[in-house]
Amino acid sequence: MDRTGKDEGGELRLTAGESVTSRTSRDVLGRGLSVLGRAIREQPRIFAVAVAGSVLFGGLVIASAYVVGAVVGDVVVPAVERGSVGVAAVALAAGALFGISVLRVVGIFGRRIGAGYMQFRLQAAYRRRVTRRYLDLPLSWHQRNATGTLLSNANSDVEAAWYPIAPLPFAVGTLVMLVGAVVSLFVTDWALALVGLAVFPALFALNVVYSRRMAPRQARAQRLRAEVSGIAHESFDGALVVKTMGREAQETARFSARAGELRDALVAVGRLRGVFDPMLETLPSLGTLAVLVVGAFRLRQGAITVTELVSVAFLFTVLAFPVRAIGWVLAELPRSVAGWDRVRRVLDATGEMPYGDVALDPADPTPATLDFADVGFAYEPAEAHLPGAEVLGEVSFTVPAGATVALVGPTGAGKSTVAALAVRLVDPDAGTVRLDGVDVRQLTAGSLAGAVALVAQVPFVFDDTVRANITLDRPGITDEQAWAALRLAEADGFVAALPDGLDTMVGERGTSLSGGQRQRLTLARALAGRPRLLVLDDATSAVDPRVEAAILAGLRAPTAGGPAASILVVAYRRATIALADEVIYLEHGRVLARGTHTELLASVAGYADLVTAYEQAETDPQQQRTPDEVTPLATGLEIEVDR
Amino acid sequence: MSVAEAERPAEEPAESTWRTLRRGLALSPELRTGLAGTVALALVYMVGRVAVPVAVQQGIDKGIVGGLDLDVVWTVVAATVAVLVVTTTCGYLMMRRLFTVSETALANVRTRAFRHVHDLSMLHQQSERRGSLVSRVTSDVDQITQFLQWGGVILIVNLGQLVVTTAVMLAYSWQLTLVVLAAFAPAVLVIRLLQRRLAGAYGVVRQRTGALLGTIAESVVGAPVIRAYGIAGRTARRLDTAIEGQRQAQQRAIRISILGSSVGELAAGLALAGVVVLGVALGVDGTLSVGQLTAFLFLVTLFIQPVQIATEVLNEAQNAIAGWRRVLDVLDAVPDVADPGEQGRELPSGPLDIRFAGVNFAYPGGPPVLHDVSLEIPAKSRVAVVGETGSGKTTFAKLLTRLMDPSGGEVLLSGVPLPRVRFASLRARVVMVPQDGFLFDATVGENVRFARPELTDAELTTAFTELGLADWLDGLPAGLDTPVGERGEALSVGERQLVALARAYVADPDLLVLDEATSAVDPATEVRLQRTLDAVTRGRTTLAIAHRLSTAQAADEVIVVDRGRIVQRGPHDELVREPDSVYGLLYASWLEQTG
Repeated sequence: MDRTGKDEGGELRLTAGESVTSRTSRDVLGRGLSVLGRAIREQPRIFAVAVAGSVLFGGLVIASAYVVGAVVGDVVVPAVERGSVGVAAVALAAGALFGISVLRVVGIFGRRIGAGYMQFRLQAAYRRRVTRRYLDLPLSWHQRNATGTLLSNANSDVEAAWYPIAPLPFAVGTLVMLVGAVVSLFVTDWALALVGLAVFPALFALNVVYSRRMAPRQARAQRLRAEVSGIAHESFDGALVVKTMGREAQETARFSARAGELRDALVAVGRLRGVFDPMLETLPSLGTLAVLVVGAFRLRQGAITVTELVSVAFLFTVLAFPVRAIGWVLAELPRSVAGWDRVRRVLDATGEMPYGDVALDPADPTPATLDFADVGFAYEPAEAHLPGAEVLGEVSFTVPAGATVALVGPTGAGKSTVAALAVRLVDPDAGTVRLDGVDVRQLTAGSLAGAVALVAQVPFVFDDTVRANITLDRPGITDEQAWAALRLAEADGFVAALPDGLDTMVGERGTSLSGGQRQRLTLARALAGRPRLLVLDDATSAVDPRVEAAILAGLRAPTAGGPAASILVVAYRRATIALADEVIYLEHGRVLARGTHTELLASVAGYADLVTAYEQAETDPQQQRTPDEVTPLATGLEIEVDR
Repeated sequence: MSVAEAERPAEEPAESTWRTLRRGLALSPELRTGLAGTVALALVYMVGRVAVPVAVQQGIDKGIVGGLDLDVVWTVVAATVAVLVVTTTCGYLMMRRLFTVSETALANVRTRAFRHVHDLSMLHQQSERRGSLVSRVTSDVDQITQFLQWGGVILIVNLGQLVVTTAVMLAYSWQLTLVVLAAFAPAVLVIRLLQRRLAGAYGVVRQRTGALLGTIAESVVGAPVIRAYGIAGRTARRLDTAIEGQRQAQQRAIRISILGSSVGELAAGLALAGVVVLGVALGVDGTLSVGQLTAFLFLVTLFIQPVQIATEVLNEAQNAIAGWRRVLDVLDAVPDVADPGEQGRELPSGPLDIRFAGVNFAYPGGPPVLHDVSLEIPAKSRVAVVGETGSGKTTFAKLLTRLMDPSGGEVLLSGVPLPRVRFASLRARVVMVPQDGFLFDATVGENVRFARPELTDAELTTAFTELGLADWLDGLPAGLDTPVGERGEALSVGERQLVALARAYVADPDLLVLDEATSAVDPATEVRLQRTLDAVTRGRTTLAIAHRLSTAQAADEVIVVDRGRIVQRGPHDELVREPDSVYGLLYASWLEQTG
């Protein structure tokens, strides 16, 4: 497959995206901080616990430096000079050092439990919100967004958005600690404090520069990661095609090219880290050395004591590591902002299909009436430069209560769209769809779902038990009713043969079932709800004619407890069509004709061609056995390849 | 298949971390290239950390305590700065090497795992969740690189720091070093114990994360069903349960992890206190100078840091190792339907004949699907396979195209047993059109030339014309350049089948296997396709699985499968005359349907 054109397009978009990123990298910091602010506002208490723990820890780090200084200056030096050990002083010193450690454990507990819980709570909360939006937003929105994108919005994007939460309390505590350290330095000696004032802001500045430089590189890596994952997803989804056409090597080449780009992007990230990480590490060491020099001068001037000098030097050593926490937060901000933007896109998406407030009588056992009045529908164009395809125009018809109406038309005529409109999976762009005289847009959610059922062309089965797939937790569907529905759908036989009957797990997307079995299972699901209007969208295509005939007979002559439903059925088979009270013939999104099967057969040429195709093929065997008018393309190609 | 998935224990008794690492390294020998140099650089980088305490000691002992000598302080500081410049440069070089090597090695692992997934048999692929196969080549590999870089650098650096610090501590005072080691020994034991529990806890996290992803995927892919049945509430509850389950698991894991670092912290306190007590005594003894004791206190913090960091890195390591193990497991999975490769044979040229010799088949752990099927299909014949749902028709097609191997017996094409045929030859000559004609997110044209990228647009248009689909192609918004959308969803199901058929047609196979390839196409189009297919498949062998008997009527021969056995065989006209036969009943029902 020629993917080069596409790849170049992707590359262009990528570079464009990157220049945007670098232009906006200045405000990534601001926006990142505002994302963090939101996190704090949402989880103030747990954040307070974490910061309290972190501040306690930070205070103790400073304290430990002064204790070590005091131990050296006030315990060790005098003891060495005296030549004797002051037991009480040494015990006090040892006790103080150990006590500080115990308190630090308390600080660590508060900080890490707080930070971890906060991060996980936010992740969970936003996963709930994002997935709620998925349930609320209309199908047209779903169709505009790739499945992979929606999956990563709810998963990795949420994770990325709250990733800096883990080191955040540590960083906040460190900031407090830095302020405390500078203050304590001023209390000790102004000259040493100046060293601190030079080193700490420099450390901070280095961190900021680092994260700014990193932002576009990380963003690029993240984008490529998504693309690599997209290729893998698609390729594994189409594994059967790849295998049957022997295209493994080409698919691997396609994957490998993008994986190579990702590798280069990640190496670029790594080189930058290689530059900054050692510098960030060395800066505090230089601080300690500066303290040694300045301290020696001040010692000579008599301004400070050895105790103070040791304390300050120790302070620089122990501060070096926590300061890195600020860098961690800053480094994660661009990813966080990018993740947050994608999450926001879902949360802010509009276009819900709100339900109305007109309720239908749930106990009404009579079949429903369905009305299409001048209905028009167009899909949004897949790409901006392409025209939006009008699928339906001025479609009007009625399914009277208790009637069966067949929808017939060539491939791509818009039949599935009519089916989707009938159960309000989508709303029309023009005209009205009415159920029992009420615009379906005015019906409550429960009313609509309770009254109508759609069996789609491609069956969707949940990774759950057979029972759950039939009942979908709708109230009042007993096992007996489930079996009755299965019988009607001719699915009772294979379900009874499953190892655990109704309790058998069907696997992801029902992989353990055959296509025909999945179809009959979804048919049983629709029947179990006793719908008043049943919409069958070519729902028996994977079922053998005999089985299909039995199913349809069951639907037409409902036994006791069977459904009394109006039926709108998309069909090709003449037996199915013959059962219909009326046939709607659709071509290019327009109702070309309506009437009984016999009427249409007599008056509409396109219809007659379509439904009698098999007989014509049979009665005209000559035509199918003399294909001289066709030049096999494949042979021609072979010649070309041989050349 | 999915049952096997469910039965698989949540956290299989993991092989040892070391074994996984060894396997991982064996698989990526690139990781070893220049490893010695990288480690050497790391050690030099570490000297930078130890240089400062040593400088402080020298400065205090020689330049401050016992007579202030600023020259000495200057000299010490200047020398240390020089050392720091060297070590920082080494740090840069080390990281650069590490990143380049690890990213290159793992990009290769990624690609190999991707290829290997495609090489696994169809049954094997289906036994895994799609999402989990994808994560083998994405997040699992990311986890390894992240660990090698963040964790790996830190581990190397910290192990280096531990070694160098211990060496310097020993140089100052072996007694105090023993105190420090004694304080840390119990901590290390406790941390090791916790590590094991932590591994279990992270296992639960991964499992719940997988379940969560599955539930989210279902809510996204199943959106139409959720909408149509008004079961948003139920779906929301399932999502909440999965989200909450993952959160609980994460919180449990972090609690255990914190216990580990607390133990390390307490050990550090103990060590400092011990050093002070013994240090003062040694100082009074005259064994240790004030500067040395001060340096020692600094060194203890340098000793603590790596131990604490290492515990956190090891937590991460558990995740990374588990990811690595999963990637390795994929790579180690032997494809049960393997390409014989160089040792294999090419299929003889020309039309292919088919022979099934005593073929049996059962899905793993399932009842037999095909029983002792033996038959011969001559070259160039057009055969239809019919039978009820679940009779074994599709299994027949999958065995013929070697998507699966039979449990017993042999399938031969032109006399060559399938397992001996090179895949390159098999896939070029035998093409199957499955019922679900998966399309890639590209244009119609790109999908059709999937197997033959060299075809021009004009040739593709000709192909559509020959298939009688020129009108349909013209009706598309942008003809061959019309994007088909993700999985082809911008087209109707029937239209997707048309594209899949065209794709197989231009692949120009000698044996074409159609598995209900036109089930969602309207009858008029199907009949038209049937005729043109008959024409263009003349001279090659065609096997069509059909539930529309129009296909069977048009075939040279019909094979009727019932409950895994071939019960009838012959031309349509003969078979319908056999009274009360399976085919007779199927045909009667078909007539009723269409007539």
